[in-house]
Amino acid sequence: MALSLENMRRPIESGCPDGMQYMHPVMVKNFGQWKYHEHPRPGVLVHYAHSGDAIWTVKAGTQRILDVYTLRKLCDIGDKYADGHIHFTIRSNIEYMVSEEAKVEPLIEALEKEGFVVGGTGNSVAFISHTQGWLHCDIPGTDASGVVKAMMDELIDEFKNCRMPNRVHITTSCCQINCGGQGDIAINVQHTKPPKINHDLVANVCERPSVVARCPVAAIRPAMVNGKPSLEVDEKKCICCGACYPPCPPMQINDPEHSKLAIWVGGNHSNARSKPSFQKLVAGGVPNNPPRWPEATAIVKKILQAYQQDARDWERVNDWIERIGWPRFFELTGLPFTKYHIDNWRGSRKSLNSSTYIRL
Amino acid sequence: MSDSKHNTPMLDELENGPWPSFISGIKRLRDDHPDGRINGIANDLLGQLEHSYETRKGYWKGGTVSVFGYGGGIIPRFSEVGKQFPDSKEFHTLRVQPPAGNHYTTDMLRQLGDSWEKWGSGLVTFHGQTGNIMFIGTSTENTQHFFDEINDYGFDLGGAGPCVRTAMSCIGAARCEQSCTNEHRLHRELVNNFTDDVHRPALPYKFKFKVSGCPNDCMNSIERADFAVIGTWRDDIKVDQAEVANYVNEKGRQHVIDNVITRCPTNCMSLTNDDKLEIDNRNCVKCMHCLNVMNKSLSPGDDKGVSILIGGKRTLKIGDLMGTVVVPFMKLDNDDDYERIVEMAEEIIDFWAENGLEHERCGEMIERIGLVNFLEGVGIEVDPNMISHPRESSYVRMDGWDEEAEKWFDRQREAKQAAAS
Repeated sequence: MALSLENMRRPIESGCPDGMQYMHPVMVKNFGQWKYHEHPRPGVLVHYAHSGDAIWTVKAGTQRILDVYTLRKLCDIGDKYADGHIHFTIRSNIEYMVSEEAKVEPLIEALEKEGFVVGGTGNSVAFISHTQGWLHCDIPGTDASGVVKAMMDELIDEFKNCRMPNRVHITTSCCQINCGGQGDIAINVQHTKPPKINHDLVANVCERPSVVARCPVAAIRPAMVNGKPSLEVDEKKCICCGACYPPCPPMQINDPEHSKLAIWVGGNHSNARSKPSFQKLVAGGVPNNPPRWPEATAIVKKILQAYQQDARDWERVNDWIERIGWPRFFELTGLPFTKYHIDNWRGSRKSLNSSTYIRL
Repeated sequence: MSDSKHNTPMLDELENGPWPSFISGIKRLRDDHPDGRINGIANDLLGQLEHSYETRKGYWKGGTVSVFGYGGGIIPRFSEVGKQFPDSKEFHTLRVQPPAGNHYTTDMLRQLGDSWEKWGSGLVTFHGQTGNIMFIGTSTENTQHFFDEINDYGFDLGGAGPCVRTAMSCIGAARCEQSCTNEHRLHRELVNNFTDDVHRPALPYKFKFKVSGCPNDCMNSIERADFAVIGTWRDDIKVDQAEVANYVNEKGRQHVIDNVITRCPTNCMSLTNDDKLEIDNRNCVKCMHCLNVMNKSLSPGDDKGVSILIGGKRTLKIGDLMGTVVVPFMKLDNDDDYERIVEMAEEIIDFWAENGLEHERCGEMIERIGLVNFLEGVGIEVDPNMISHPRESSYVRMDGWDEEAEKWFDRQREAKQAAAS
């Protein structure tokens, strides 16, 4: 099946397909005409339209990296117990929509029987949004699916219940590009040592000026090493972000021992109650410890516990900390406060306390 | 398939516990699938992954792979340890654009699964963090065959590299009472206007469109999109006072005061002595909190439209940036409105393509040149909704003040006339 130019097929540049053709007919009929919704139990939503129609949604967590057998199993459930329409949420949960309430319980039963986890709605810990990691990425400091599997094993009861003050979004990322995105709690790789450079390869592999340009702190400069054009890093300036590694793989940033995990809290995309917020560093130096990363999970659980016990209804993690203050956060979670928590990047003076607002 | 199954003691640990295991899924492809090609890929993939777990390092490197006629859309992966794991030594991912809103029928999912089983590893994710269907793992040659097959029945590649990326939109009007716009249509109008820029990476860096139907911003668009569009409204919140009374009756006055009234960021609500909700709509910032809590009693107004924020992105290179308001409100009702927003996106992408540095996101360019230069470059007038507060620094040359003030009064007059006509 060799490919030769003359029999190559030209692409049809159709772009993003129309979703209406796949949408549940009740949703098509009531598009833009929804009135309110209820949350009868964890994992189930019912939306009512102005027309009087209603649609029930059953949401479930999966392993996200789906093999075709699992995909077909999910389709079989959709055909047998639902109406053949499937929606995926932004956090990769699967949702089945049905137009009759009577279908809800058998659908839940079928999903649970096959090992899927019904939940993730309302004030639950939602499925962890994650990246590709060692399974597929070219620059990862850790795995993604494995970390998430191990962590969800521990947090599953909080996915299946709605016992949190508000929803909790957890994300993971395998490098500081942070494809996992902002989260109420984020577990991200944090390198702690400068890149190790294979000077024999740099000249052939890397476009040196663009590597120099990538560095956020101008710590990289061209140099001749062992008679070959290469790059060198001012290790005093280097912030170990790894930005040089993607354009220049011989600048290896991943380190089996020194690439650690850091934990961040308070990222919130919503405008509700306060403006959207970025996550803030709370813990560093967490071992990158496959296959189950128990140290990271323990810290996440500690934070969740403090939040659950202390936050008021509707407070997201950022709202809660805003109310109680950072000293109290560190007190409640038992996490150490260090010099690394104090930002020194551009604009960081805005993060310092320039008032006498001090909870004594 | 290579001679024997790799031992995977560390990965086996990920088959324990109650959450569904991706390792069990990959093992099933290795052990049960009738196609030896898939057995081999799964076996060597597990072998390489176990090797990563043992050594705590990744072993994939990038490269250049695309399909005929395109320059992007594939994440090429070649194994650095391909000699040990030959059957998965080429393990490229195809990024495929999902239908807007991520809706499928089981028939369509099965069809995609069948095609992928024919040409790929049998592993797929709905969806990656940029929003694509990720068909994970195939050889360079099969990349083309798989694409040809699914492209024939309506699916197209998404973006990878310095290009317009696959867009995302929330479920919105399809199933949410808070939706203030047709996310579905806007998502497609925007991204499908740029198919050339999606498929042929030639921009300074990535450019992402995300559409959220309301300020809850379930798409994380302010934090993650270069071009964030968020549904909103400008008239009064609709209040069903009978439902308010029911809610107060059910939950108690204190609950309503503690969870709704005092949580309003602009203190624009009060609960009257006879349990009616009063809202100072002039000061409502559309944060959505009260509508989220009392979604049966409160609804967005009728005069709906969108806000546009430009320049959101994550850390590298200059640090995290949220999008900045560039259009506080615009109507999005008819074809002309859609045309206007698409033209605005064209202007912005053109300006950034010309002025952005290599690997510089749109928001980073704005940080470098200042918002005003950006606005002038794309032909948008300044508006006080774009800022949290006016400048604090006196380091500014202001010898054009009178002309600028006159522009402001002119625009005010024009707006008044437009409103009157």
